[in-house]
Amino acid sequence: MDLELSESELAFQAEAREWLAANVPAQPLPSMDTAEGWVAHQEWERRLADARWSVVSWPRAYSGREASLVEWVVFEEEYYRAGAPGRVSQNGIFLLAPIIFDHGTQEQQDRFLPTMATGEQVWAQCWSEPEAGSDLASLRSTARRDEARGGWVLNGQKTWSSRASFAHWGFGLFRSDPEAQRHQGLTYFLFPLDADGVTVRPIAQLDGEAGFAEVFFEDVFVPDRDVLGAPGDGWRVAMSTAGNERGLSLRSPGRFCAAADRLVELWREHGDAVPTAADGVVDAWLKAQAYRLYTWGTVTRLADGGEMGAAGSVNKVWWSELDIALHETALDLLGPTAELESRWLDGYTFSLSGPIYAGTNEIQRNIVAERILGLPREPKASSKQGEPKASSKQGEPKASSKQGEPKASSKQGEPKGVAR
Amino acid sequence: MRFEPTSDQRDFAAAVDGLLSASDTVAVARAWAEGDTEPGLRLWSRLAEQGVNALLVPEDVGGLGASRVELVIAFELLGRHGVPGPWVESAAYLPVALTDTETLAALAEGAVGTVAAPPHAPLALDADVADHVYLATATGLVGGAVGTGKVSVDRTRRLFEVSGVDGDGSPAPLDAAFDSAALATAAQLLGAGERLLADSVTYVKQRKQFGREIGSYQAIKHALADVRIGLDFARPLLLGAALGEVPAGAAKVACGDAAYRASRTGLQVHGAIGYTQEFDLSVWVTKVRALVTAWGTPALHRGRLLESLVGA
Repeated sequence: MDLELSESELAFQAEAREWLAANVPAQPLPSMDTAEGWVAHQEWERRLADARWSVVSWPRAYSGREASLVEWVVFEEEYYRAGAPGRVSQNGIFLLAPIIFDHGTQEQQDRFLPTMATGEQVWAQCWSEPEAGSDLASLRSTARRDEARGGWVLNGQKTWSSRASFAHWGFGLFRSDPEAQRHQGLTYFLFPLDADGVTVRPIAQLDGEAGFAEVFFEDVFVPDRDVLGAPGDGWRVAMSTAGNERGLSLRSPGRFCAAADRLVELWREHGDAVPTAADGVVDAWLKAQAYRLYTWGTVTRLADGGEMGAAGSVNKVWWSELDIALHETALDLLGPTAELESRWLDGYTFSLSGPIYAGTNEIQRNIVAERILGLPREPKASSKQGEPKASSKQGEPKASSKQGEPKASSKQGEPKGVAR
Repeated sequence: MRFEPTSDQRDFAAAVDGLLSASDTVAVARAWAEGDTEPGLRLWSRLAEQGVNALLVPEDVGGLGASRVELVIAFELLGRHGVPGPWVESAAYLPVALTDTETLAALAEGAVGTVAAPPHAPLALDADVADHVYLATATGLVGGAVGTGKVSVDRTRRLFEVSGVDGDGSPAPLDAAFDSAALATAAQLLGAGERLLADSVTYVKQRKQFGREIGSYQAIKHALADVRIGLDFARPLLLGAALGEVPAGAAKVACGDAAYRASRTGLQVHGAIGYTQEFDLSVWVTKVRALVTAWGTPALHRGRLLESLVGA
């Protein structure tokens, strides 16, 4: 048991560190959710790609370095330690690309991956719908077969689509078989966001910026070559990334360790004035370290052929809550000026979305409880809630079916990607 | 980079676990709490045969000279099985603090040692059954005379005042010994937390109310999921501290928090039956409360962590 990096991993680390030190912009880029910031972030992606740092774990043929999991985690640590910009390509390179590698045709890989790696084409995820959030499988947007044209016609509405305000392409699930139940009859589609019939309406987030959007589909034609995986197999395809061995569904701990280090720095400046923040500072550091070490354990298990499985849900609850607590402590330290615009305030506002996106933490806790602890599944909403009447004889004065929990199956959460 | 126990370490864990699983440790603990230390001391000897007492004793004086990883593996199991006795003192603190080779050899063989290290560990655990009793002073380790006994929330922890008997003591690495004790206590806490969770999961799958297993309600599920998550992220800090990657205090704080959450949640999901001494859950609920403040309170360790971070 050890935490030592090998010679080649150390060399990789040194190379990454050196390049980042020389290339990370001295001033933070404007927010990627503004027109100006979008361009700046796309340019940064291009710069990363030119030096082969944009998709380190991908094959060399697609601008990667075939980095191992260990190297990927090392790169992420270096990336955030260097204070490098957020990744505008994140949804594509971390969530969609693993699926294209596993389920895409050669033609799709060749067509989509190179422009994804350079940031030339930025991808938005289109999962949620107005009536399908945590219960994603109840989605209603449809895909109708058009045999004559050799493709599908999409109709419906997606919402909370991260990056869709400025992105070029979208990916999402549509109901291609209206007869099929829930997880069946869904198909995974790729579509340009400027296609005929697509309307994107940016939504201002808590901070006023258009980080996500509504996307409307009105008879949008998608040719067969833009279907990912087999028609009707979309749910399985979407879920298959959860345990992806490229580790791309891991949320890298580097970001939180870097933030915890900055928090210690803030404590040095403001700790005397706000001594009650002491425990918050220690706990943020501890939890970030716990996440870093936990990730090394995960990497070891994955390298041994293990699968991520439901552990991804354990992860997600941890980092999302850690992120909020860390930023709350920073705002405590900032005192009366905490409400003013600052990098800490931006980080705080962003952290608030963590327990909601990529499957709410309630869904994640259901997954942990059912799949890891083996607790019984929720009764289906459509069936009777247990046998409530029977319990009255056990001394409960008035049992009613309301005693049950009304929500439908929690068996399947949202796709467990974590990028936003 | 392999942040997982080796196969040798897993074999060692399996051997200790096998012994403890076959030893009715709850009965041993209950007897110990009643003052009948005979079964506990028998188990002590059997664990000594497995090498648990000798782990940190150097090889040249008859020990195993094992790493702190083996130490935390063994102590997690001691915590998980609720084994009574001054294990932390005898197998984690004294092997680091002592320079006297004769006593080190005796401890490795299975002699019982204990120590009071005021102000953070002011009383000596189970000093009445110990062969070697010490007091840690500002200048070093001195022999101790056993004084008045005190009653702990954990009835298996029989704590005694100790006064120094011979001289000032020679200089000894007492800070390192304290760290070692904190680390071993953290491991016991993690083991106790795992046991509390396992028993709670078993219980909520059996217990039915309103016609359903109570474990099918989200209020229960989410509480137990949080326990699972807390323990999952305490373990890497424990192993990381064993490797020297983070201070032992980090493990003590994290394992204490995670185990305490396990005990509070475990008690809550059991309802009234968990609040009885007779039900076995009480063994771990009371032990966790005691260990949270043993060998450095959370406040002490957090304070030291902050100092080291700011000084870094």
